[in-house]
Amino acid sequence: MRVAAPILATILTVVVGSIFFASLGHDPLATLYAFFVEPLSSMNGLSEWLLKASPLILIACGLAVGFRANVWNIGAEGQFTMGAIAASGVGLFWPNPESVLLLPLMFVAGMGAGMAWAAIPAFLRARMNTNEILVTLMMTYIATLFLSYLVHGPWRDPAGFNYPQTALLPAAALLQSFDPAYRLNSSIFITVAAVILMWLFTDRSFLGYKMSVSGAAPLAARYAGFRESAAVWIGLLAGGAAAGIAGMAEAAGPLGQLSPQISPGYGFAAIIVAFIGRLNAFGIVLGGLLMSLLFLGGEGVQMTLGLPSAMTRIFQGFLLFFLLAADFFIFYRVRLVRPIRDAHALETAR
Amino acid sequence: MHPRLELRSICKRYPGVVANDDVSLSIQPGEIHAVLGENGAGKSTLMKIIYGAAQADSGEIYCDGNPIAAHNPAVSRALGIEMVYQHFALFESVSVVENIALSASSAFHLPTLAEKIRNLSMRYGMPIDPHRQVHDLSVGERQRVEIVRCLLQAPKLLILDEPTSVLTPQAVVKLFETLRQLAAEGCSIVYISHKLDEVQELCDTATVLRNGKVTGTARPKETTSLELARMMVGSKLPEMHVSPPVPSEKPVLEVNGLSVKARDHFGVDLKNVSFNVHGGEIVGLAGVSGNGQAELVALLSGERTHDRGDAIRICGIDAARLRPNERRKLGIAFVPEERLGRGAVPSHTLWENAVLTAHRFGTVRNGLVDRRKAKAFATGIIDRFKVKANGAQSIAQSLSGGNLQKFIVGREIALKPKLFLVSQPTWGVDVGASAFIRQTIIDLSRAGAAVLVVSEELDELFEICDRLLVICQGKVSAPLIRTTTDREEIGLLMTGRGMSEGASANGSGDIVLQD
Repeated sequence: MRVAAPILATILTVVVGSIFFASLGHDPLATLYAFFVEPLSSMNGLSEWLLKASPLILIACGLAVGFRANVWNIGAEGQFTMGAIAASGVGLFWPNPESVLLLPLMFVAGMGAGMAWAAIPAFLRARMNTNEILVTLMMTYIATLFLSYLVHGPWRDPAGFNYPQTALLPAAALLQSFDPAYRLNSSIFITVAAVILMWLFTDRSFLGYKMSVSGAAPLAARYAGFRESAAVWIGLLAGGAAAGIAGMAEAAGPLGQLSPQISPGYGFAAIIVAFIGRLNAFGIVLGGLLMSLLFLGGEGVQMTLGLPSAMTRIFQGFLLFFLLAADFFIFYRVRLVRPIRDAHALETAR
Repeated sequence: MHPRLELRSICKRYPGVVANDDVSLSIQPGEIHAVLGENGAGKSTLMKIIYGAAQADSGEIYCDGNPIAAHNPAVSRALGIEMVYQHFALFESVSVVENIALSASSAFHLPTLAEKIRNLSMRYGMPIDPHRQVHDLSVGERQRVEIVRCLLQAPKLLILDEPTSVLTPQAVVKLFETLRQLAAEGCSIVYISHKLDEVQELCDTATVLRNGKVTGTARPKETTSLELARMMVGSKLPEMHVSPPVPSEKPVLEVNGLSVKARDHFGVDLKNVSFNVHGGEIVGLAGVSGNGQAELVALLSGERTHDRGDAIRICGIDAARLRPNERRKLGIAFVPEERLGRGAVPSHTLWENAVLTAHRFGTVRNGLVDRRKAKAFATGIIDRFKVKANGAQSIAQSLSGGNLQKFIVGREIALKPKLFLVSQPTWGVDVGASAFIRQTIIDLSRAGAAVLVVSEELDELFEICDRLLVICQGKVSAPLIRTTTDREEIGLLMTGRGMSEGASANGSGDIVLQD
């Protein structure tokens, strides 16, 4: 059943998506082909597919650690942004732009900034029992506005024709692609490591075990003496670290500089990826690949068929909606009971 | 005249177990029929088959002489068969009448329904206000809601699955009156239980199950409890061996002047509680539930801490400010009253639940869970305590209450505690397994451990305890030696009368006893 729901949701997404295409006056089969198959039919497409899946999977792995313990970090977008800002800051302003230490330093800065941004809601939840859902979400907007301020103000490239963007990162601060023709770079290895680490943590480690007890039965966790606050801290910091690293990899990878829009919504999409993947490391890999394909397909039909760019978001929405609905109908049965206004009719009916 | 319900050669197998093997029984209109048996004897499966929630592999069911062909709960309700489950299925955040409306099979009119509920509940001597919110109701009142829900359908056959396991003695008396009235009006009642005294008091006939087979039918009022117990557990009833206690010189657990305010308005304040438990002895804490036991137990286990460190001392160390895991390091093991969700994680397997408290005993190495060790640990408990489960891979919530209790008690005893704290050790556990659990507790104490048993069952406390304490409205009595006290003295203390310094508790003693 746990596996059935995501598969069912994917099928329903495709079915309803094609109805949707038809209603817009496009041949559904051709559009589906353009959406789901064409992007993967070239080497460049495959490279882009993995390039976009990588941050989604990475962030989802971090988020799932918290989700398993009922710690709801939905502010990965903000942690991603802060990671990108901190890493770019190091890349732009480190005294020696040719240092081999530059990338490792950016990695640490990105991870640290993501964690720091997640530490604020963690502290508030652990100490003052604030709702981490609200706090993480609001922190996202702060991060986005902070980025906007930087690229419009102090960090704007003086030689950039007044565009709101920073200078390009020095070569030593960039993750090299495997092949100059394609954009896929070595950050994919970080994601692979994160998946393995996440599996090890959730499936094998005692700490992960404690987190799962906190999530499944908070009273049992208290009975056994597992700290609730530890679950909150670990859950939020794991998500923050993963999102921060993803932000660093994005800035040092395909972007090479900061601009107001550095993420096409990876932080939010990763929440869907985590749930589609059933909070399981390998499920998340599949979920990330699917979500990445939605991004690519959305761009594809936008270019070839002139469909609106909102297509990606609509498909993401379909997917999450159908997943939640499938889960709901697996656990609950709906029954219709008609209310009756007239009491006498009821008595005679009996 | 046809019997109200007749079962002929019902068989039901599940993978690995035969739950019902050639079970036949017949129930007349107006008869109160007990189905007796240990945990896992097949009582619940049989009830599910009668109700239609499970299908028999073979055999026939007749209702008023007509065979039931394709059975399901809807057919049952059409035939007038209703069931009150052991675990209530009520929504706490809405009112009584809304709860009942939710289960209505046809259209309803809320004010009419509320009026019906009020009338029906009054008629059967268990008044409930249909507009009260369920979360405000006591356990006994919630059960009334479940029963009234069934009675609204004017049932011809009512099935009750261990209805008294959550009730106070006074509420049980009330329930029995209602059931007798129902039977007198012609409704047949199937009463599932493993409590012999109740069955003897209430039931006209009894069908006894063991390992899925009928081992006898009896007229409980004319049969001795020993005979009934033999049918339930087989030829040999284990005998209890209680050797005299050899208390250690120094107490293992010291509670000194512990006073605590309740955390919410459902709780009870603890007032100046002091007592000691020595190694080698078993101390019992008697009292009607809701008199501060939950607060005291939470403070002893460490789930709740106290600012004054020496209010609780374990093995001579100030422990009141220590958290549960730190207290466990001092050698405390604890069996809570709630099994699912507190003593065990419902959705986890038994071996995962073994790790919950046994993580210091080789099941965790280098920060990783050693699955092989954890499974071996769980399998050891399953074997030793005869837990009926499909191995260490079974999910905790798939076990019956009694079997899960055996597993949790077994797990905590396997930790070789110096101080063993146990709440309601044999709630919902059958005769044979209860005797085994009690004997294990006695053996543990005679091997030097200090044991504190919190129980509502006086029989149990008198059977195993060396000294008894009584808690009433947050006050704990001076200790009584088991051999020199009696039920009457304890009973008086439980109502708050005769509490040495409990002048204020006197007036409200009756209220405490009411459900």
